Amino acid sequence: MAAGRMAGGAGAARDLLFRAAAVTGQLAATFLGLLAVTFVIGRVIPIDPVLAIVGERATEAQYEAAKEALGLNEGILTQFAIYVRDALSGDFGTSLLTANPVLEDVARVFPATLELATIATIIGVALGVPAGVVAATKPGGLTDQIVRLVGLMGYSMPVFWLGLMGLLVFYGQLGWVGGPGRLDTTYEFMFELDVTPVTGAILIDTALAGAWDIFLNALSHIVLPASVLGYYSMAYISRMTRSFMLEQLSQEYVATARVKGMPEWRVVWVHALGNVMVPLVTVIALSYATLLEGSVLTETVFAWPGLGLYITNALFSADMAAVMGGTIVVGAVFIFLNMTSDLLYRFFDPRARG
Amino acid sequence: MSGAQTKPFSRAWLLDPAPASRGQARLGQAYLGWLKLARNPLAVIGLAIVVALVAMAAAAPLLATHDPLAQSLQTRLLPPLSPGHWLGTDEFGRDIWSRLVYGARVTLYIVALVTVTAPVFGLLVGVVAGYFGGWVDTLLMRLTDIFLAFPRLILALAFVAALGPGIGNAVLAIALTAWPPYARVARAETLTVRGADYIAAVRLQGAGSGRILLSHVAPMCVPSVIVRVTLDMAGIILTAAGLGFLGLGAQPPLPEWGLMISSGRKFLFEQWWVATMPGLAIFIVSLGFNLLGDGLRDVLDPRSASK
Repeated sequence: MAAGRMAGGAGAARDLLFRAAAVTGQLAATFLGLLAVTFVIGRVIPIDPVLAIVGERATEAQYEAAKEALGLNEGILTQFAIYVRDALSGDFGTSLLTANPVLEDVARVFPATLELATIATIIGVALGVPAGVVAATKPGGLTDQIVRLVGLMGYSMPVFWLGLMGLLVFYGQLGWVGGPGRLDTTYEFMFELDVTPVTGAILIDTALAGAWDIFLNALSHIVLPASVLGYYSMAYISRMTRSFMLEQLSQEYVATARVKGMPEWRVVWVHALGNVMVPLVTVIALSYATLLEGSVLTETVFAWPGLGLYITNALFSADMAAVMGGTIVVGAVFIFLNMTSDLLYRFFDPRARG
Repeated sequence: MSGAQTKPFSRAWLLDPAPASRGQARLGQAYLGWLKLARNPLAVIGLAIVVALVAMAAAAPLLATHDPLAQSLQTRLLPPLSPGHWLGTDEFGRDIWSRLVYGARVTLYIVALVTVTAPVFGLLVGVVAGYFGGWVDTLLMRLTDIFLAFPRLILALAFVAALGPGIGNAVLAIALTAWPPYARVARAETLTVRGADYIAAVRLQGAGSGRILLSHVAPMCVPSVIVRVTLDMAGIILTAAGLGFLGLGAQPPLPEWGLMISSGRKFLFEQWWVATMPGLAIFIVSLGFNLLGDGLRDVLDPRSASK
C-alpha cells in the first residue's frame, strides 16, 4: 500500500513534468499562431509598406532598393520566417509616429497599463471574493441578489461609457478624484524634476523617491479608472467565487465539520474557502488578462498613457508596425497568463492531472 | 382521449402526450419550452426588451420625431425635455431620440450579420472536427485554441486597422474573433452523438459523410449553439459599440450608439446628455439579451437547470 502510494507520487511528478513540457509546446504553437495571424493581417493592409517609407516622389530604383531591404522580394514563407526571427529577437520594426523601435515604446508605456490592471485586480479580489463567499452561504439572500445584479450590470455596460459617467459624476460634479491623465499638469513638471523613474509604475516611483504630494495626486488620478476596471473584475470574480463555494459547501466534509461542532465562520472561511483557492487563482489570472484587454477602451477614456492608448493612437496614424507590435505583446502576455493559470491549477489540484 | 379529438393549436392539443403528427410534437415541445421561459420573470423582461428593440428598428420612421441626420444649428445642444426634443439634441442640433431609434437598426444589423456568420462557421468547424476525429480534429482544434487564446478586442482592432474602418469591416472583425467558442460547443455535442445508434443506422443505409453531418449531427448541436449565441449577443453589441467609440466601426453621420457616445465625449461636462443617452440604450439592450440568454439556457439545456 505504502509502496504503491510512493510509486504514484513519482508518477505524478513525472506526469506533471510531462504536462509542463506539453504546455510549453502548446505555448510555442499558440505564439507561432499569433505571429501567423499578425503576419497575415500585415499583408492584407491596403497601405503599401514600401511607399510609406520612401515617399511618393521616390524613383523606381529607390523603391526597389527599399523593397529589397524590407525582404518583400522573397517568397511568402521566407518572409514569414524572417518575421518570426525578428519577433523572437524582439525586433518589431520602428514606429512611424515616435521614430523609436516599437519594443522600446512598448516597454515605456506598458508599466502604466500594468499598474492600472494590478490595482483594478486588487479592488476586484478584495471586494469580489468576500461578496461571492457571503452570497454562497445564503443562496437567494440579499447579498446573493446584489452579486447577481452587479454581475448582470457588468456584463451589460460598455466599459468606456461607465468610465465617462464616472468622470462626469466624481470628477466633474463632485470633484472627488483627479481627471484624465496620470497627474495634474503642475505635478507632471514636479515629477520630471524630482522623481527618477525606476519601475515605470508612478505610485511605486513616487513612493520610492519620497515625493508624497505627487504620490497623492497620482493616487487621485488612478482611483477612478482602476475602480471602473475593478468593477468588471469584481463582477466576474464574485460570480465565480459564488459557484465554487456552493459546490464546496455541499460536500460531505463540510457536513462533518458542522456536526463536530465547528463554528460556522470557520467552516466557511477556512475549510471551504481554502479548497476554493486553487480554482480561484485561475479565475484571477484570467480576469487580469481580460483587464489588459479592457484597458484599450479605458485608457482612451482616461487619457491614460499605457499600451492601450499607444495602440489606438498608432491606429489612427496608420503606424502598422506599432499596432502589430502592441498586439503581439498584449497577445503574448494574454497567452502566457492563460497557460500559467492552467499550469498552476494542475500543480495545486492533483485531480486535474489525469 | 386521443389527439385527433382535441382542437388543433389549443392548449390540450399542444400538451397531448401522444401527438398525432411530427409537427404537433414539435409545436408541443416549443410550447413547453415557452411555458418554462414564461415562469422566469427576468427572462420575460429580457424578451420584452429584445422584442422592443426589433419593433423600434422596424417602426423607426414612425417612432422618430425628427430626421436622424437633419442638422439644425439653431437648436444645437438642447437639454432633455426641451419642447420637441424630449431627449435633447446633439452638437449639430440633431434630435437624440430619433438618432437612438434609427441606431437600433444599426445595432440589429451588426448583431444579425455576426450571428449568421460566426456561429455557422464555428458549427461547421466543430461538427467536422468532432465527427472525423484524428488529425482533422487535432488540426481544427489547435486552430480554434489559437484564436481562443487571443484577446478578442485587440484582435478585432488589428483586423480593422488592416482592413480600414467601417461598419462592414467591424462586423467582419467581430465575426472572425467570435467563432471559436461555437466550434468548441459544437464539437462537444458532436462527440456525444457520434457513436449513437441512429447515426450508425443512417450510415448503414448508405448516407455519405456530408449528409450525416448536415442533416443528422449538426441539428443536434443547434440548441447549445443558440444558447451560446444569445449569451454572446451582449458581448457582440459591446464590442461593436467599442469599435464605434474608437472611431473604427460605423462612421459619421451614421447614428451608431458607440459613435454617438464618442461624439458626446467632447461636451461631457457641460452637455452630459449627449454621451449619456446612447450609453443607456446600449446598457438596456445588452441587459435584455443577457436576461433572455440566461432564461433560454435554463429552458434548452437541462444540465444547467437553475439550482
